[in-house]
Amino acid sequence: MACTIAPYESITMIYFDNVSKFYNDDSVALEEVTLSVAPGEFVSIVGHSGAGKTTLLKLLLVEESPSQGSVFFHSTDIHQLRRTHLTKYRQKIGTVFQDFRLLPNRTTYENIAFAMEAAGRHDEEIEADVPHVLDLVDLSEKMWNFPHELSGGERQRVGIARAIVNQPDVIIADEPTGNLDPINTYEIVQILKKINDLGTTVVLTTHNKGVIDSLGRRVITMDSGRIVRDDATGRYVL
Amino acid sequence: MGLFLTFRRILKTGFVNFWRNGFVSVSSVVVMSITLFVIGSLIFVNAMLDSSLDFLRDKVDINAYFVIDAVEEDILAVQTMLEQRDDVESVYYTSREEAEERFRERHKDDEIEIQALDELGENPLLASLSIKAKDPSHYDSINEFLQSDESTVSTEGAPLIAKVNFNDNKAAIEKLQQVIQGIETFGFVVSVVLVVVSIIIVFNTIRMAIYISREEIAVMRLVGAGDAYIRGPFVFSGVMTGIISALITLVAFYPLAIWLGPATQSFFGTFNLFSYYTSNFGQIFLIIMFSGAFLGALSSFLAVKKYLRV
Repeated sequence: MACTIAPYESITMIYFDNVSKFYNDDSVALEEVTLSVAPGEFVSIVGHSGAGKTTLLKLLLVEESPSQGSVFFHSTDIHQLRRTHLTKYRQKIGTVFQDFRLLPNRTTYENIAFAMEAAGRHDEEIEADVPHVLDLVDLSEKMWNFPHELSGGERQRVGIARAIVNQPDVIIADEPTGNLDPINTYEIVQILKKINDLGTTVVLTTHNKGVIDSLGRRVITMDSGRIVRDDATGRYVL
Repeated sequence: MGLFLTFRRILKTGFVNFWRNGFVSVSSVVVMSITLFVIGSLIFVNAMLDSSLDFLRDKVDINAYFVIDAVEEDILAVQTMLEQRDDVESVYYTSREEAEERFRERHKDDEIEIQALDELGENPLLASLSIKAKDPSHYDSINEFLQSDESTVSTEGAPLIAKVNFNDNKAAIEKLQQVIQGIETFGFVVSVVLVVVSIIIVFNTIRMAIYISREEIAVMRLVGAGDAYIRGPFVFSGVMTGIISALITLVAFYPLAIWLGPATQSFFGTFNLFSYYTSNFGQIFLIIMFSGAFLGALSSFLAVKKYLRV
């Protein structure tokens, strides 16, 4: 595994070291972003569309590569990982998408089991853990339904269950409430809070002022690819 | 992850996906069956072509006519020499008496010819050796051998051979050789083109089927699935498509062969499609099965590769 020691103190989990991302010569998605996240934090990233929130998460997931700078996870430059190590790295990260991205041909149970199977868990573990996380997101009775038979809020709860089932070090949630009504939004945020209370780091992007104000946690505000504010107990100020 | 556990999960997922993707799987099977049908038909057409070309080749021979006072012993000595040559398939001896008998038989309705023969008193027909070469191109050297003086003299040293009809046949033999070569080349080119086209169609169909899953493949990568674990079920589904299509094709050939059997028999004389199919079933089964499974697996493998970039 490629191991480059990042210049930061050991309590940092995620570290963006002067990262820029250009899509074309004149399209700047991120510009010289430096950012660190400690284990156990609940970090919200806010900003207008096109501010660079999603790009930031895509770099963290290695869906995209940075044009400049490096991204470190526990001292490892994740963009230098080989494919097999990248797979292992992603098993330590739980991802929740705005558009849910469930596997359409698989039931709720199978969608969650897939993440465990991919991580090489045994059948007994899968049979024990999947009902357990489904209970945690309050979806036990929809275990054998396919995604198209679920409501938006239910699908997102499946997405969260899939993200947490491998007990990841960090949950990355890209506008998880973007497609949901206020009541479902509230429930999803409560679930994320509960996960964070159990010790998992959460990185969340959102447009939703209400979500930010109700959380009362660290808020990073982005604009035009730059970090413009970083408040320990922030509010939505844009 | 245990290898057996991974393998079992890949097979199970591949099977379940094939089943749940009902319509897409069925259309892949249809296209694949047509391709295998084309491949199978080419096997049949080639066999028919071979058999009819053999039939034609069999019709070609050259005849060496011996002088009227040639002794049978000398003729048989030449026959033995010819039979020992590598390029000779068979040599058939016709004595003067047999030649006369055959002449009478052939012209039994032709009074004038028979009368002419009777009036001659003596049998004017010559003894001959009819020679078949292993390949039409060998006739030239056989002809040379027959024309050379050393090889075909009697024990007293007199020339034995009165005439070789090679030159009469030469044009026909050369023409036939060209035709045979032409048909073989043409058949080969057509086969290759058809096989390539059908492979491309199968490949594209499977690629379309997997294109539908491209977002799924990206999601699988993002939730931490390895390349082999993602690709395995698709490849297995491809193999299933191939095997099911192969079975459909092999079953479809059966009534077709029964139906076409008598027609091919009467057209080609020696070739019967049905008996060819049944007697070569093992070989055809293996070719069709292997082609199907291999095509399905390879197409899926390459198609998924494209969406594994994340």
